[in-house]
Amino acid sequence: MDKQTDNKQKHASAYWRENLKYLAILLPIWFLVSYGAGIIFKDWLDQFQIGGFNVGFWFAQQGSIYVFIILIFVYVRLMNKLDKKYGYDK
Amino acid sequence: MDSQSLTYIFVGVSFALYIGIAIWSRAGSTKEFYVAGGGVSPLANGMATAADWMSAASFISMAGIISFMGYDGSVFLMGWTGGFVLLALLLAPYLRKFGKFTVPDFIGDRYYSKTARSVAVICALIVSFTYIAGQMRGVGVVFSRFLEVEIETGVIIGMIIVLFYAVLGGMKGITYTQVAQYCVLIFAFLVPAIFISFQATGNPIPMFGMGDTLVGQPDTFMLDKLDGLSQELGFSAYTEGSKDLIDVIAITLALMVGTAGLPHVIVRFFTVKRVKDARKSAGYALLFIGILYITAPAVASFGKLNLIETVSEKKYSEMPEWFTTWENLGLLAWIDKDSDGKIQYLGAAKEGGDALTGIPIFSENERGKNGERLVENPSENKNELYVDRDIMVLANPEIADLPNWVIALVAAGCLAAALSTAAGLLLVISSSVSHDLIKKMIKPDISDKGELVAARLAAVAAVVVAGYFGINPPGFVAAVVALAFGLAAASFFPAIILGIFYKRMNKEGAIAGMVVGICLMLFYMLKFKFDFFGGGTPEDWWFGISPEGFGSVAMFVNFFVSIVISKFTPEPPLEVQEMVENVRIPGGAGEASDH
Repeated sequence: MDKQTDNKQKHASAYWRENLKYLAILLPIWFLVSYGAGIIFKDWLDQFQIGGFNVGFWFAQQGSIYVFIILIFVYVRLMNKLDKKYGYDK
Repeated sequence: MDSQSLTYIFVGVSFALYIGIAIWSRAGSTKEFYVAGGGVSPLANGMATAADWMSAASFISMAGIISFMGYDGSVFLMGWTGGFVLLALLLAPYLRKFGKFTVPDFIGDRYYSKTARSVAVICALIVSFTYIAGQMRGVGVVFSRFLEVEIETGVIIGMIIVLFYAVLGGMKGITYTQVAQYCVLIFAFLVPAIFISFQATGNPIPMFGMGDTLVGQPDTFMLDKLDGLSQELGFSAYTEGSKDLIDVIAITLALMVGTAGLPHVIVRFFTVKRVKDARKSAGYALLFIGILYITAPAVASFGKLNLIETVSEKKYSEMPEWFTTWENLGLLAWIDKDSDGKIQYLGAAKEGGDALTGIPIFSENERGKNGERLVENPSENKNELYVDRDIMVLANPEIADLPNWVIALVAAGCLAAALSTAAGLLLVISSSVSHDLIKKMIKPDISDKGELVAARLAAVAAVVVAGYFGINPPGFVAAVVALAFGLAAASFFPAIILGIFYKRMNKEGAIAGMVVGICLMLFYMLKFKFDFFGGGTPEDWWFGISPEGFGSVAMFVNFFVSIVISKFTPEPPLEVQEMVENVRIPGGAGEASDH
């Protein structure tokens, strides 16, 4: 393997590792708001209230969806920056 | 003007709009037919994906189901939105970079095998047919109610319309029609929701109104009142669940993963220009979908409250007009079990339960002494009211006594939702046949023009089959659709994820995984839903997981089988490993191309 392709490959795998790092941060949040707050800890969270909502119920029927939307747009931003950093945006 | 004429006008105008768009944007090449030429903007694609995604089940059935299931209905809300996070983060950008036309294209190339491609084609067809049957049924229900024709006739009218613009326009026509359909459907969903929320709480924003206090009762929160009323009538509290934790988790997961694995959703991300557009349009798609999904639970809870307050312990003879309209259509039924002329609507704790054994079987022409339609299959318990879940959204504006034009608008919205999804699915079916089967396997030397003809013929055949299932449906609209997700979760999702994130995955592993996954899911679904293989009751469910949630078990089995088999078989050829590396970086994503 010549040096240039070797560098190119290192470059690509560094990019891939950073991408995986973002996933490792964002996917647990995805899991926590839905399966965590909306299902597993729902009963416990229901002792608290936001307005007329029990918090666990709110996460299951409203909150998780808000967070999902935010998560995707955060990922879009992070990846656009990452693409630029590694010169993959052209 | 009465709601009937208004409905004809609203539905007629919206149909003219869709057909006009289809003629304006008709497809001239296979590339336009399959992926709209690959030049759709992220915003338009997001909107089209949202319309494609939100089916008759989302529009008509979901709020109804939540209305009757309360907290347990949350599985649909989280399941059908959370999948887009997986799509945006794990699938869409890479599939776009790969840049072909269909999901079997990816599976076939990534796993360098015609067998893998055929398995994927078969999975795509099974999933899409299961799903489309539910859509045609939805179209039939809407037509029968609003245009007062038989459900069968309604299904046939729907078939003709979809056929017209899907066959003519292909993906290009469908995409721009779906943008229009999204606008119609979201407007139609929000307007009644705003009215209802304002009526009940004085708050015009439904998602906040749901957590607000009631008009004239400044100390009572709407949800508390609903919990109280439900319990008084012997139902479980609205905000509490009654399903097992494990089943709730399994269903939510199956729906999320299924969403990310549905071919007609994935293929939408082949239509944008660049990798970054694929991510962005997944974001827009979820934003547009989310607007309906955070409104639906509000509609559900207000609808339930209105229903209880309108019917409970009231005289049948004093019921508003909508009650008899829906009764005549067979979606409502009342049996005066204690002969007091009043409607008792009771849950299990007050000796209630299902008012009938199954769906109502009406006696011919015979009427009870209050003028109600007589039912031949009442159950033993005290509940006297049968309500089909599907009517909650359709009847809501009438139950809340909203103006006629709102009722007409809802009809147009329902049809937009059902037609847009049906069209998207038809396209997947026709491209599976013309592109994956004919072009790639049977007759590779077919001309572009010939392939286009084949695609159109396949769409015609598909719509006929779908129509048949719409007329002879295997269950509730949403129940059928929910199973399609299990099938998608059990087959595609693992193969695509492993194809991107696990370079070592080879064809032996992926094929074995897909075959085992989908067979296991089909077996479980046929056994517990359709009584094959000796049938079974909920007590016999494996790990207490329902057929709707079993897709997540089948998915894990698929992952497991794939990985184990791949460890014992040769690694994929070097050029495939290079392809995987290439898919992972966004640079130089060519336009969607045919090799």
